[in-house]
Order: sequence, then structure tokens, then C-alpha cells
Amino acid sequence: MRVGRETLTRVPKIESAVKGAVNVEGVSMIFGDSPQERLRHRGKTNQVLDSVNFQIKPGELACLLGPSGCGKSTLLNIIAGFVQPTSGYVMVDQQPVTKPGADRGFVFQQYSLLPWKTTFQNVELGLKIKGLPKAERQDIVGEYLNLVGLAKYRDAYPSELSGGMKQRASIIRALVNSPSVLLMDEPFAALDAQTRHMMQALLLNVWDTLKTTIVFVTHDIEEAVFLGDRIFVMGVQPGRIKAELSVPLPRPRQLDDMLTPDFTQISRQVFDLIREETLKSMEN
Amino acid sequence: MASTLPQSRVHADAVAPVAKLWRTLQILFFANRSATRCLSLILFFGIWQVLCITGFKFFINFQLVPSPWEVVGATVEFFTSDPGVHIRSSVSRVLLGFAVASVLGVILGLFIGWFQIIEDLMMPWLELLRPIPAVAWIPLAILIFPTAETGMIYITFIGAFFPVLISTIRAVENILHDIVLIRVGQCLGANKWFIFKDIVLPGALPGIAGGLTIGMGNAWFCLVTAEILAGRYGVGYITWESYVTSNYPPIVMGMLLIGLMGAMSSWAVGRGMQALMPWRVIKKQGA
Ligand SMILES: Nc1ncnc2c1ncn2[C@@H]1O[C@H](COP(=O)(O)OP(=O)(O)O)[C@@H](O)[C@H]1O
Ligand SMILES: [Mg+2]
Repeated sequence: MRVGRETLTRVPKIESAVKGAVNVEGVSMIFGDSPQERLRHRGKTNQVLDSVNFQIKPGELACLLGPSGCGKSTLLNIIAGFVQPTSGYVMVDQQPVTKPGADRGFVFQQYSLLPWKTTFQNVELGLKIKGLPKAERQDIVGEYLNLVGLAKYRDAYPSELSGGMKQRASIIRALVNSPSVLLMDEPFAALDAQTRHMMQALLLNVWDTLKTTIVFVTHDIEEAVFLGDRIFVMGVQPGRIKAELSVPLPRPRQLDDMLTPDFTQISRQVFDLIREETLKSMEN
Repeated sequence: MASTLPQSRVHADAVAPVAKLWRTLQILFFANRSATRCLSLILFFGIWQVLCITGFKFFINFQLVPSPWEVVGATVEFFTSDPGVHIRSSVSRVLLGFAVASVLGVILGLFIGWFQIIEDLMMPWLELLRPIPAVAWIPLAILIFPTAETGMIYITFIGAFFPVLISTIRAVENILHDIVLIRVGQCLGANKWFIFKDIVLPGALPGIAGGLTIGMGNAWFCLVTAEILAGRYGVGYITWESYVTSNYPPIVMGMLLIGLMGAMSSWAVGRGMQALMPWRVIKKQGA
């Protein structure tokens, strides 16, 4: 699973690191408040997000960290444009987000490859939608498959891939589109610990090569510290940004950096921040 | 303890040939699936023959039921006269009815599944028509259709149409319910048409395949009903006519012939659909 440098340099670089400024302004989300929902929820509303504000710089790898149920997915879905916030707005590169679009790639927590398409066909989807000719699609997809070590599996169906392979394919499916920002919703949560660590290292490799802005949602403190430039710690009930901290660990990072005292110390710091919120979320 | 030992050995010796026979049978019939299936048919007809020979009568009565042997006689008679014209008439009625039902059912089902307004416009009266059995349509079929032939095709159509339609609608709804796959398309910049043809349609295919297989069977199911309208030809017509004239062996032959042709065509539909879905690998318990 080691990714050779020489294969990496063949991937067309995204020319500008200026893409992918994400601006979340006063985003609140109340479920069960819209006229259609009011019936189903019998008037019980549920405030999931309370005026969330943050900015993500172009090229940055930002982690949203919080206990489950704090509204991380909801927030990411709002940035993606899948759902509309009750109030507030999201801007990506100065454009307000109103609906999903190819400028915001998404990697889902669930395995989400289309079962009836091979790895190649899944990855080429975005390019096909853009209307690129077949030869060009073959070239580009081939390079991305090499980048994540899936070249051998280009004609395999998802049912023939392991969990880690499926998520690698999902990542490059989002990346072939050269999105301004890549939104990742706990993409490695379903994987075993070993595979998860390999995937984290691989993601950093890919990110080093492409410099795509990434918003990475996770509930795993070590994952956030290992990956992130900055970590936004979320609080629960209602979800909001409780703290923001920079991770001063140097790059490029390797998996065994997780064993260093610096790493442990930062993790400890985040752990203290999040413990209170975790307890709060368990009470409810 | 000591006394039980020789006894059990004797027992084991007596059992040995039985066990050996059982092993042989296992190897003969359960080693591969087609042998298992042959065995199942042999048992079916064997038990039927035994019930007829013994004149089984306990709640259900086999005394007047034609035995498999008598049915073989009727079958030989049928195939030595001119079987082609009957089989051809029936097969063409069923296939035409099924073809129209599949095309209409799948297209309409896709529209109803995808567009709310079409569902609201179509479903009330379709649901009203759905429970009406094919036999109840006969008088109207006579009134509406210009020829008996088209009326018969309509009856087989009715049998096949609703399973195809309902399965297609449910299949589309299921894939729409799987919001993640729809979102995959959306965040890659897909428009509605692309989502429909690359995500909804292939995702609905297994469900549609189920509907088509059931529809194929139902078209045959309605054949006897349809061929009540027939003047001279058709396997269903023979079955019905033999009933009217109380000639029992051909009835059973007709039933079995319809069963056989129905099973073969359902199998063909299943195979054809399977070929459209190479991504589906099905591994059953004990396979
Ligand atoms: N579509 C929805 N309708 C109603 N409530 C929802 C919906 N989606 C999420 N929620 C609620 O919002 C809260 C946060 O969910 P989510 O954003 O999935 O949290 P996380 O991803 O951090 O685990 C949960 O309490 C959940 O019940
Ligand atoms: Mg979540």
C-alpha cells in the first residue's frame, strides 16, 4: 500500500492552492421545524446546530471533531448543499452554497460505490458527467487509480473489494473532479484499526500531492490530531464550535509520529476539551 | 457397559449396508444440483402414481384423478396429432401479452416511481383495477376488442402487467430511499436525467427483474382463462374443452404443459435479467 513518489508526480496537479475557502456563517439547524416535517415530528423540534461560525483556508486540512450526535454530519451536509440550514449560510470560494455541486466532493461514511459499476466506472463518473471524452477519462482515472494503488482492481465490482479499497475508490471518485474542497464524513470509521491507519497515511500522501482543501469529520481524537492542520472541537446540544486549535506537528507526517511525546501531548489537550461534551452527550 | 459393547457392534453391522446404500444415494443424487433436481421430479411423479394406484382417499380424493401413466397416454395422443398449432397459438398469446405488459409496466412504473404528479394521476385508478381477476375481464374483453385473439392477448397482458408495474414502482422508490446513492450523483454534478439513468435505473433493475419473472408466470397463469375465448386452438383451450367434456387425462396434460412452458419462460426471463446484472453474485446457504 506504499505509494511511490514517482507515481504521485504523474497526477495532474491542481494549479492553484487558492481554491477551497470555506466560510460558515451563523449556521443553525432545527429539525422538525419546516411545514412538511412539523407533521411527522408532531411539533417536537430538535435544534442540532446553533450559530456555527468558522473559516477554512484554501489548501488547509481541517478536522471537525465531536462526539456522535453532535451534528457533524448535519454540518457537513449543509456545506455540501444536501440540506439547507434553518438560518445562516455557507460560502465556498465566495459563492453561496444553495445545492450540491461538483466543486464540493464528498466521501461518505457508508460504502457508497455504485454496486453495478466497476471501480473504473465509479471513479470516472464525475468526468463522464462533465462530458470528457473517453480517452481522456481513461488517462485521468488511470493516474488516480495508481495514486491509491487500485490499478489492479479497475475492473472489479465493489462487492469484490475490501472496505479500505472501497473507501480509496470513493476518495478518488470525488477527487477526479478537482473539487475546490473535499468533504469527508468519518470515511474510515467502519474500517479496522490497521486499515484505518494505512488509510490515514494514504490520505495525507494524496493531500500532499493534490493540495485540495479538506474538511474531515471524525469522532476519533488521534485521527484528528494526525491529519489536521486545525481542529474544530464541537460541543453537543446544540452542536456548536466549542474550541479551535492548531496542530503544530510538522509535515509530512508519518504513522509513527503518533508515538511521539508531542503527539500524545496534543491528543491529551484535545481529550480534555472533548471529555465534558462526551459526558454531556451520553446523559441524553 | 461391557454388555452393551457387543450388542452395539451387532447393530452397527446390521446398519452398515443401509448406510452404504445411503452413501451411494447421496453420491448419486446430492453430489450435484441437477441430480438433486431430477430426484425431486421423480419423487413428485412417483408419489402421485402411488396415490392413484392405491386410490388414496383421506379428505382429498385421488380415486378419479388421472395417474401420471394415463397422462402420458394423453400426451402421446396430443403430440401424435397436430400439437404445433396449439402450442404456437398459446405461446404467441402469452408472449405478446407479456411483451406489452413488460414495456408498459416498466415504463409506467419508472414514471410513477420518479414523478409524484404521475403517481397521483395514475395510481388511484390503477389500484382500483389491480385486484380484478383475469376471468372477470372476459365479458368486457369480448365487448372491447375487435377479435377474440386480441381479447386473449389482453387477458394474458392483465396477468403480467400488475406485478411488473408494482415491482418497478417499489424498486424505484427503494433506490430513492437510499439517499446516499442519490447524493453521490448530486455531489459529482449530475443532473436529474443522469441520476435517473445511471443510478435509479440500474439500482431498480433487480426489483424490475423480480417483477418480470412473476409477470411471465402470471401470463401463463391466465392462459386457460384467456383461451376460454378461443374457438379451436391453444393448450389452455384443450384444457378448458376437456373439462367441459369431462375428459380428465388431457386436462392434467394441459395443466402440466402450461406449467412446463411457464417454468421454462420464467427461467429464461430470470436468466436474461441476470445477464443484465453481472455485478450481482448470489451465494446461497449450502451452495
Ligand atoms: N433528517 C433529520 N431529521 C431529524 N433529525 C435529524 C436528521 N438528521 C439528523 N438529525 C438529528 O441531528 C442530530 C445530529 O445528527 P448528526 O449530524 O448525524 O450527528 P453526528 O454526525 O455528529 O453523529 C441527531 O440527534 C439526529 O437525531
Ligand atoms: Mg455522522
